[in-house]
Amino acid sequence: MADPMKIRAQMKGDVADIRVLMSHAMETGQRKDGAGNTVPAHFIQSITVDVGGKRVLQGQTGPAVSRNPVFGFKVKGAKAGDKVVINWVDNKGDKRTDEATIG
Amino acid sequence: MKQRTSTLLAVAALTAAFAAHAQQPAKKTAPPAKAAAPAKSAITEEFEKFREVLEEDNPAELFEAKGEDIWKNRKGPDGGSMAQCDLGLGAGVVKGAYVQMPRWFADAGQVMDAERRVVHCMMKYLGYKEADIRKQPFSNVNKTPDHVSVITYVAAQSRNMKIAAPQKHPKEKEAYNVGKEIFAFRGGPYDFSCATCHGADGMRIRTQDLPNLRKPDQAIRAYQGWPGYRMTGGFMLTQQWRMNDCFRQQRFPEPSYLSDSVTALLAYMTVTANGQVYKGPGIKR
Repeated sequence: MADPMKIRAQMKGDVADIRVLMSHAMETGQRKDGAGNTVPAHFIQSITVDVGGKRVLQGQTGPAVSRNPVFGFKVKGAKAGDKVVINWVDNKGDKRTDEATIG
Repeated sequence: MKQRTSTLLAVAALTAAFAAHAQQPAKKTAPPAKAAAPAKSAITEEFEKFREVLEEDNPAELFEAKGEDIWKNRKGPDGGSMAQCDLGLGAGVVKGAYVQMPRWFADAGQVMDAERRVVHCMMKYLGYKEADIRKQPFSNVNKTPDHVSVITYVAAQSRNMKIAAPQKHPKEKEAYNVGKEIFAFRGGPYDFSCATCHGADGMRIRTQDLPNLRKPDQAIRAYQGWPGYRMTGGFMLTQQWRMNDCFRQQRFPEPSYLSDSVTALLAYMTVTANGQVYKGPGIKR
């Protein structure tokens, strides 16, 4: 079971500023462990963000993204009190969904 | 309704961009050094901007959350929990405890720094085994041990508080004095002491400005950094780790984990930084 994300969502004027921290190993598949064996690739493959029930972001990510990544984005048309639902799925099928409310 | 989104940043990209920048010659010429405060180099200024951006979204928070979960929910084999752990302000009190250690703990008969105390409690109440903790005391790319997450949580609970390491008990004074002595002790194949690099203003290693740990406003810089999230590798490292690494860099014998000498050095550094404000777990490149 994956660890929870940390989501910060705040209105800045008429734009919602959303930042999310994800806890993930993001293994590239290029690294070798102490014994010389390749560490299998393990990374977040797709990310979706829904604000107020509407899909606002859909992304495909790969092994170039850092471990424990941070994503930040701004959403127009959102308002305080809207629910933000963020979901990721990794290449092993592990997934995580977390929610926050825009403040 | 038209909605526009833009993806702002990925930490990896930023790190790479910064590394590239650091290799370029400094654009601005540094202003002439004043007698009182050493002038900041252009590189240091860039570094600070970089750190500011990242402090808002410090992945240390992920470890804070893990540590909080262990502190609040984990039960030991005998039903013990961290609510029984006294960090110096009473059983279970975490708020502000971190900036008031190292201190004398009568139950253990020792002066303990925060890390030592947290590990002590995790062994006493949660049933962690000393041998297991000693097997991997510090984080690496494969694993961040539980006690490191708990220390991160404890440190974060003193965010924006003034450092106030006590010096009332004779043993606390002794730790400070021993630390001061070790700080100035020269030895090893390079005839180094801590003070060789950290005992005067304006010292640096390559582009890295080094704090003078004899002064409060600079000791806070070292204190603040750890526990810190290291972006190279993506894990948390603690003050004990930093001290260990200082020993390594001086080519001193490696201190055993949670040794008295490291606690003494931490006591010296923390008491020197007394009165400064701690801003919470750090972030390092």
